[in-house]
Amino acid sequence: MSSRFHQLLPMLLLLSVGVSAVEVQRPRGVPLSKRQFYEEGKPFTCLDGSHSIPFDRVNDDYCDCQDGSDEPGTAACPNGSFHCTNAGFRPAFIPSSRINDGICDCCDTTDEYNSGAACQNTCREMGHKERESLQKMAEIAKEGFVLKQQLIQEAKRGIEDKKAKLVDVQVVKKDLEEKVEALRTVKETAEQPEKEAKERHLKAWEDQKALIRMEKDKARMAVVFLELDDDADGLVSVSELLSHSELDPDSDASFTEAEAQGLLGGVDKVDTEAFEAVWNNLKEKYVSEVTTYTAAPVETPPEEVREPASDNESEQYPEDDVQEDEEEEDEEDEDDDQDDADYKVNPLIPSFAFRYIYRLCPFNRVSQKPKYGGSETNLGTWGKWAGPEENVYSMMKYEHGTGCWQGPNRSTTVKLTCGKETVVTSTSEPSRCEYLMEFTSPAICGEPPSRDSEPRDHEEL
Amino acid sequence: MASALVLWLAVYLSGTWAVDKGNFKTCDQSSFCKRQRALKPGESPYRALLETMELTNTRLTLQLINDNNKVHLLLELYRLQGNITRVKINELKPLKPRYEVPDVLIREPPTEPLSLLSQDENGVVLSLGVESQRVIISARPFRLDIVEGHEVLMSLNSRGLLAFEHLRMRKDTQADPEPEKKEEADPDNQAETAKEEEEKVEEGMWEETFKSHSDGKPNGPSSVSLDFSLPGVEHVYGIPEHADTLRLKTTDNGDPYRLYNLDVFQYELYNPMALYGAVPVMLAHHAQRTTGVFWLNAAETWVDISSNTAGKTVFGKMLDYVQGSSETPQTDVRWISESGIIDVFIMLGPTPKDVFSQYASLTGTQSFPPLTSLGYHQCRWNYNDQEDVQSVDAGFDEHDIPYDFIWLDIEHTDGKRYFTWDPHKFATPKEMLQGIMDKKRKMVAIVDPHIKVDSNYKIHNEIRSRGFYIKNKDGGDYEGWCWPGSAGYPDFTRADMRAWWASMFAYDQYEGSMENLYTWNDMNEPSVFNGPEVTMHKDAMHGDWEHRDVHNLYGFYVQMATAEGLIQRSGGVERPFVLTRAFFAGSQRYGAVWTGDNAAEWDHLKISIPMCLSLGLVGISFCGADVGGFFKSPSTELLVRWYQTGAYQPFFRAHAHLDTPRREPWLFGPENTALIRDAVRQRYTLMPYWYLQFYQAHHTGQPVMRPLWVEYPQDPATFALDDEFLIGRDLLVHPVTEEGVRGVTAYLPGKDEVWFDVHTFQKHNGAQNLYIPVTISSIPVFQRGGSIIPRKLRVRRSSSCMEHDPYSLYVALNPQRTAEGELYIDDGHTFNYEKKEFVHRRLSFANNLLSSVDLAPDAQFTTHSWIERIIILGASKPSKVTLKTADGQESHIDFEFDASMSVLTLRKPGMNSGADWTVMLQ
Repeated sequence: MSSRFHQLLPMLLLLSVGVSAVEVQRPRGVPLSKRQFYEEGKPFTCLDGSHSIPFDRVNDDYCDCQDGSDEPGTAACPNGSFHCTNAGFRPAFIPSSRINDGICDCCDTTDEYNSGAACQNTCREMGHKERESLQKMAEIAKEGFVLKQQLIQEAKRGIEDKKAKLVDVQVVKKDLEEKVEALRTVKETAEQPEKEAKERHLKAWEDQKALIRMEKDKARMAVVFLELDDDADGLVSVSELLSHSELDPDSDASFTEAEAQGLLGGVDKVDTEAFEAVWNNLKEKYVSEVTTYTAAPVETPPEEVREPASDNESEQYPEDDVQEDEEEEDEEDEDDDQDDADYKVNPLIPSFAFRYIYRLCPFNRVSQKPKYGGSETNLGTWGKWAGPEENVYSMMKYEHGTGCWQGPNRSTTVKLTCGKETVVTSTSEPSRCEYLMEFTSPAICGEPPSRDSEPRDHEEL
Repeated sequence: MASALVLWLAVYLSGTWAVDKGNFKTCDQSSFCKRQRALKPGESPYRALLETMELTNTRLTLQLINDNNKVHLLLELYRLQGNITRVKINELKPLKPRYEVPDVLIREPPTEPLSLLSQDENGVVLSLGVESQRVIISARPFRLDIVEGHEVLMSLNSRGLLAFEHLRMRKDTQADPEPEKKEEADPDNQAETAKEEEEKVEEGMWEETFKSHSDGKPNGPSSVSLDFSLPGVEHVYGIPEHADTLRLKTTDNGDPYRLYNLDVFQYELYNPMALYGAVPVMLAHHAQRTTGVFWLNAAETWVDISSNTAGKTVFGKMLDYVQGSSETPQTDVRWISESGIIDVFIMLGPTPKDVFSQYASLTGTQSFPPLTSLGYHQCRWNYNDQEDVQSVDAGFDEHDIPYDFIWLDIEHTDGKRYFTWDPHKFATPKEMLQGIMDKKRKMVAIVDPHIKVDSNYKIHNEIRSRGFYIKNKDGGDYEGWCWPGSAGYPDFTRADMRAWWASMFAYDQYEGSMENLYTWNDMNEPSVFNGPEVTMHKDAMHGDWEHRDVHNLYGFYVQMATAEGLIQRSGGVERPFVLTRAFFAGSQRYGAVWTGDNAAEWDHLKISIPMCLSLGLVGISFCGADVGGFFKSPSTELLVRWYQTGAYQPFFRAHAHLDTPRREPWLFGPENTALIRDAVRQRYTLMPYWYLQFYQAHHTGQPVMRPLWVEYPQDPATFALDDEFLIGRDLLVHPVTEEGVRGVTAYLPGKDEVWFDVHTFQKHNGAQNLYIPVTISSIPVFQRGGSIIPRKLRVRRSSSCMEHDPYSLYVALNPQRTAEGELYIDDGHTFNYEKKEFVHRRLSFANNLLSSVDLAPDAQFTTHSWIERIIILGASKPSKVTLKTADGQESHIDFEFDASMSVLTLRKPGMNSGADWTVMLQ
C-alpha cells in the first residue's frame, strides 16, 4: 500500500560541469520540462485538459486522468510514463507499469522506490560505457570514412581515366569520320580508284576497332584490379588472387600460392603498372564479382565474402539426410510402405552456421554451400534497398532464392554497418528460409560529426 | 496436357496440406473393429446365471454365459459413493489375465451398500441406495437397466451388442512348438477350452498387417464391446480428442469415433479420426438430466453413436408431435476396445455439475497450476539461440506486451538428446535463464520421451542398463525412428522407471536447468515415425503386457513422471507446469494439454473452441490451441483474431512451425501490434478471475471453459452451441472466428438474466440472440448480471510483476440488484495453499451493501494487495458511499456516476483485499 500523499522527489541536478548542485522539487516521475504543470497546492489539470483534480490526487496511486498525467510517479495509470533523470547517463521515460515491479529499469534506481528490489545505481558506469562505445564507433566511422573517401577517389580517378580515354577515342573517331567523309568524297569523285580506296578505308576501320578493344581491355583491367585489391592498398597480392579459384592455371581445383605467384609474374604483389604486365595471364579466366555497377549508390568494392566455417562435432547426424530431404522436396513419397520417413520435414536442422559456407556478392546474389560437398543453394538475388525510410541504404534485400518446402522462396536481408573492413560478421536464419547477414564496410560510413556528439539533455545534467 | 498438369498439381498440392488418411486405419482396416461392427443389434447370446449371484454389502457378482460358445463371464456390480454405478465384466477364467487399467483412478472408489429388492427366474432388482433408483438385471437375454421412478435412465446390452472375445489357444498352430505357453495355462482352463464350440477363425484374429507393418497377435482376438441406450437423449458430448463439433454426431454412415493416441500430421477437421489424446468419457444430456459413461480401457477404442431422431428434420419431429408419435428420442452408443476388460462407471448426475463431481471423484481434478502459467506463452519451433531468446524477450518489453513464458522446442538440445543443450546455440543456459528470471519470467524446454540411441548419451545408457526400455516382441529393446533418428522408448508404465525419470529433473542431474525452467512433453502418443500409424507396434512389450493393452496410457504416464520430477526437484514445494500432447482420463492431474499441430486456417481457429470445450467436459480444463496455427502462415487478420480468441481460452500459447516466417506480435505493423497487445492485456487484467476458476476446478472438477448448456441445462438453445463459451459461470465469450465479418450473433442465455458488455458496460437481456457489430478490435465478452469479477488493471511485463497490485472489483447487478463473486489469493506458485495459506473471500452485493466475508476462516495469508476501485454496473446514483472496515471505522468514499450506462465507480476505497469490509451505498 502506498501513502495517499504525493511524493516530491529531491533531485540533484548537475549543472553543466557538475560543480554546483541545485535541488528542484517536483512530483516523482515528472520531467523537468513539465514541471510547471505540477504546481504544488494548486489544482492539477490533466495534461489533456480533460479535467482538474486537487493537487493531493497527483501521485496518490489512483488514476484520475485519462491520459495518465496525474500519476507520473506510480503504476496506477495503464498509459502513464515515468521519467528517470539517470544523472550520469541519459534520461529516459519508462511505462508506468515498470514502476515498483521489482525490476530495475532506471539506472538511477528511481523506478523501484517501494518494491524491495535491490537496485544499484549504474548510471555512471553506463554513461562511461556508452561514451566509450560512442568513441569507438566514432573512431570506426572516422577511419571508415577516410577509407571510403579513398575508395571514392580511386573510383573517381578510374572514371576520369576512362573519360579521358574516351575523349581520346572520340578524337580518333572524329578524325576517322572526317577521313571517311573525305574518302566518300573521293569515292564519289573518283570512281576509278574505287578498289584501292575501299581497302584503305577498311584498314583504317580495323585500326580503330583494335584501338577501342584495347581501351576496353584497359578499362576492364582497371576494374579487375580494383576488384582484386581487397584491402585497397593499391596492390594486388597473391592472397587476394587466391580468392579467385577460376584463375587456377591448371584448373585442378587447387589454386596454390605458387600458381598465383606465377600469374603475378613471380612476385607477391603487383601495383597497377606491374599488373598491366601480367594482365594477359588473368584476363581470360577472370570472373567478375559484380555484374551491375549502376545500382550502387555507394562505391562498394565488390568482393566475395566468406563466413568462417568451423567444425561441429556434436552433430553426428548423417548430414546427407538433410540434403536429401531438401532435394526430394518436390517428389511425392513414392514408396508408401516406407511410412513417414519424410515425416514432418527434415527433423535434422543442424547448427547450419557450422555446416554451410555463405557467400555474398553484393548487388548480385547470396548463396549457401554445404561445407562437405553438395550443390549450392541460392539464398536470393539482388532485389532492393530495404532499410527504414530514414536510412534506406542500411539494409539490402536479396529475394527469389531457391524455394523452400512448404515455405517461401529463400531470401536474405543484409544489414550494413560502418566498419573499417568489408566483411560479413554474422549469418543467421531467424526464420526458416529467411536469412540475415550482418555486413560491415567503410563504404557505409557516413561523415562523422565535426565534434563528439552529445546525446544528453544538457538541461538535466 | 495443360489440364492434366493442373490436375496433377491440384492433387499434389492438396495432398501436401491435408492429412494423409491412408496412414491411419479405418474401422474396416482394424480387424477387431471390423469384426465387432459386423455384429448387428439383435438378441444377445448372453444369459445371466442368476443362481451364481452373490451379493455382499458392497458388490454383486454374477456369471454370464454365452450360449454360442459356453464361455463364462463374470459380472461385478458396485454402487459407488456419489451416485455412480460401476459395472465390470471379465472372463470368469481367462487363459491368462486380461489387462485392467491401473493408476488412472485416484483410489479404489468407495462403495455404498446395495440391497436386493426382488428376484425371480427372469431377473433381479436391486436398489441403488436411498434414491428411488434401481438396477434391473434381466437374465435371458442378459440386460441391465438403470431406472429411476418410471424412467429408464440407461440400458446396457439392450441391443445385444455385448461381445467379449475370450482368450483362446490358437487352433491351427496348436501343434506348433510353443510348449512353454501350454504349460503356463491353467489345467482348468484347458478343460474349459476343450468344451468350447469350434469358432470360425477369421482373418486378422491372430495376425494383421497394415501397410508394411505386421502385428503379430500371440494372444489372438481379445476385443470387448458393449452397448448403452440412453432414452430421452438427443445430445451426447465428450470422448475427446477429435477435431469435431462439441455435440457428437451419429456415426451410422461412416467410421465410429476412434480413441487411439496418434501423432496425426496436418489433421483434418470435422471427422471422427483419432488424434493425440483419448479420454473415454461420454456425457449425455437432456433438459432434465445429465449422465456420463466412463469406459476405463486403455486399448484402441471405437465409439459408435446412433440416434432414432438423427435423420429426422424439424418438420418430421413436429409431425411426430402433432400425431402424438410415441417414439421418444433415444441415443444408442456402443463402445468397442481391442483388449482388456469391460470396466464402466455410470455417472448418474442428475445435473452437469454432479457428473463433473462424480467423474472427479474417480480420476481427480485439474491440477492447480502456477498462476504465471495462466499468462501468455510465447513459443516457436524454434528460438534459434540464446541471443534470439534475449531479443524476443526484449521485443516484448519494447512493445509493452506482457508475457510469462518463452519456450524452446527440440532444436535447443544437443542433437535431440533431451535434458541437454546445444553446445553452440545454448552454450550457457543458466545465464539465459537468469536473464529471463531477472524479468520475472520463465521458460519451458521440451523433453520428449523418445531417447536417442547413442552410447555417449547418459540418459540412454542409464535407461538401457536399467532395462527400462520398452521391449520389442523378440525381447530386445524396441527401437523406432523419431527426431533424433533411432530412438528407444522408456517404459513409463513401470513405477520404478517413472521414479528414475522424475529424478532426472533434479537440478544436479538436468544440467543447465533452474527453478524457472519448466517442461513440455511432446510426441508422447508415442510418436514413432516408422511405426504403424506413426506409433508403436502393438506387439511391443511392457513387461508382461502388450503395448496394445496400454497404448492410450503412455502419454498419461510420461506427463505424470515429468510433473513428479518438477515437484521433487523443489523438495515438494513448488507446483509443476508440464504441457502434454497425449493424454488419457486422469491427465488433468498433471498439467496442461494443447490440441496439437493445427494449422493457420480460420476453421482451425473455430475448432479450437469445441475441442477445448470437449476436454473441459471430461476434466481437462487446462486446454489451449496453438495461437496463430502451427502449420502454414496466418494472415494478419487471422493472427489478430486468434490472439483475441486465445486470450480467453485457458492455455494461451502462440506457436509456429519451423518453416513458417517469424510472427512475434510486433512484426505486423503498429496497428496490429496494438491489437495483439490489447488482447493480451485483456487476458492479464483477468488473471485473478482465471486463477479463481482454476482454484475452483481443482477443488470441484468443474470445467473452467464451459459450454453454455452446463450452466443452462434446461435451455435447448444452448445444447449445440460451440462458437461461444463461458469462462466459469460469469463470463460469456463469443470470439470473432470468421474472416472479414462486420458482426457476430451471440446467444445470451437466461430468461430472467442480464449481461453486460465488458467493454462498453451496455446491458443486454438474456435469452436472446444478440447481433453485435464488430471491428477488428472487437472481442465480444459479457459479464453475467449477478456476478462480481475481480481484475487487476495494472498490466505489467509479466504476471509475477503484478503480484502485489491492487484489485478492481466489477460488480454486475442482476435485475434483483444483487451480485456475488469470490476472490482467491495465495503465493501463486507453491503447495502452501494445501496448508491453508491463502485468502478466499466471498464478495456479495445485496440491499445496497457490498461486503467481503471470509470463506476460509481457518486459512491464513498476508496479501499486500488492496482494493483500488469498485465498479458497479447497472447501479443507480447514491448520495453517499461509506466504507466500514473490520475495526469499525467508517470513511467516505468518493465516487463517480455515469448515468448513460448506469455505472457507479467507487474511487480508491483502499482496504486490504484479505480483510473484512462493507461498503454502503446510501
